[in-house]
Amino acid sequence: MKKIEAVIRVEKLEEVTELLEMLGCPGMMITHIEGHGRQKGVIEQFRGREYKVNFLPKVKIEIIVKDNEADRIVNAIAKVARTGEIGDGKIFISTIDEAVRIRTDERGDIAV
Amino acid sequence: MINSGDTAWVLISSALVLLMTPGLAFFYGGMVRRKNVLSVLMQCLIIMCVLSLQWVLIGYSLSFHPGDGFWGGLGWFGLNGVGLEPYADYAGTIPHQAFMVFQAMFAIITPALIIGAFAERMKFSAFLIFTLLWATFVYDPLCHWVWGAGGWLKNMGALDFAGGTVVHINAGIAALVTAIVLGRRSNLDKNVPTPHNMPFVVLGTALLWFGWFGFNAGSALAANGLAVNAFVVTNTAAAAAGLSWALIEWLRNGKPTIFGVCSGAVAGLVAITPAAGFVNATSAIVIGLLVSAFCFIAVTVIKPLFGYDDSLDAFGVHCVGGIWGALATGLFASKLVNPVGANGLFFGNPKQFLIQLATVGITVVYTAVVTFFIYKLVDLFIGMRVDEKTEAMGLDLTQHHERAYTVLE
Repeated sequence: MKKIEAVIRVEKLEEVTELLEMLGCPGMMITHIEGHGRQKGVIEQFRGREYKVNFLPKVKIEIIVKDNEADRIVNAIAKVARTGEIGDGKIFISTIDEAVRIRTDERGDIAV
Repeated sequence: MINSGDTAWVLISSALVLLMTPGLAFFYGGMVRRKNVLSVLMQCLIIMCVLSLQWVLIGYSLSFHPGDGFWGGLGWFGLNGVGLEPYADYAGTIPHQAFMVFQAMFAIITPALIIGAFAERMKFSAFLIFTLLWATFVYDPLCHWVWGAGGWLKNMGALDFAGGTVVHINAGIAALVTAIVLGRRSNLDKNVPTPHNMPFVVLGTALLWFGWFGFNAGSALAANGLAVNAFVVTNTAAAAAGLSWALIEWLRNGKPTIFGVCSGAVAGLVAITPAAGFVNATSAIVIGLLVSAFCFIAVTVIKPLFGYDDSLDAFGVHCVGGIWGALATGLFASKLVNPVGANGLFFGNPKQFLIQLATVGITVVYTAVVTFFIYKLVDLFIGMRVDEKTEAMGLDLTQHHERAYTVLE
């Protein structure tokens, strides 16, 4: 099993969600996060003073999939979430040791 | 002869009506997505600034100076000639400026109501110019026709106690026109935006209900029995409508919602507005119970059927509720309540109903046509709609460099 963590632009969430549903992903976890990579901040104002906000709002999507599905999904997310400008985000892929469905105590791929 | 009780009541009422605009800001602000909440609050607050100035400089004169039947003219430019003595044509017992400032609050909230139709996708600069032009060329003339000395709709005998026509039908039709020409928000079919903060909606409703006592009971322009009648029927209609919307939802969808009660209460307040000085409390119950049914149909059946994106149902609640209120005035008005008013259809005067119908028709046509031209004019010069990326990022950050909420402290 693989965990795909995709940090994407907030405004791309709808498109990515729709894509994942189309690809048959059974579930996903979404977190609103703030952070930065190479893209540093946006301009905000406070009482007439402009300042740069270091942390940008992003959305993190986490999905756990079977090993053989990971590539296809990662490629699809990358394609949809790309605008070509700095700040499109990153995707991290890692290996998951075990998964348990709490209700039935099923283990492994079937629990995902 | 200035009456101190009357003057005190009109000043308090003016403050109550002013509070409705920030109330509306929260009512609407709670309904939009979190990335756009500040843009809605901003639009409401800046209208308080811009329209207050417009009103003092030209708006009051255009609306209330006794020009001809169609146009007030600029005789009271910059409040020149609008003093602290009563002006008997409008209110004989309060200073002229008290009447002026009470009316200013109506001129402020009316364009603010339209925001509900174009929320989440209009450019701020375009919004400002559109609003200023709309107030000057739609609100002010219509206000003169219905309420101004010598206004032609007033002379025709139209009854509009506190602004069903001038405020609600007017803003509601402008809302429909802007929603249609501006187009739907992107991604609407895949992802129906849900209100981001329902407690704000409830807060806004409470402030609107509270302020509406000034709106309707203050329109008696005196601390007298008529003001009390307006106060009582306002509360009664809002209560009936809030309850009936909840019951409709309960029967149709299985559960009553707080959003439904809020929508119903506001619809009830809208509907009783033109009738408040002419009907009694039992009529108010009927007006309130029925308005929710009409508005419910407008927002759940008619809107999806035609596909226009009236984001926060400014048309569905204010125009539909306002039209019902104007017609209901022609049905339920009674000289027992207000001897200087008229009887409605149910009190033996079918002619009043026809006058109300004609007034509604004239308002709808005038507002729709002029709003459309103002929209096209502003669109031509600066463009009304933000681009797709801006819309996706949200108006708070893109139009105002601000965000309402952050994840980190």
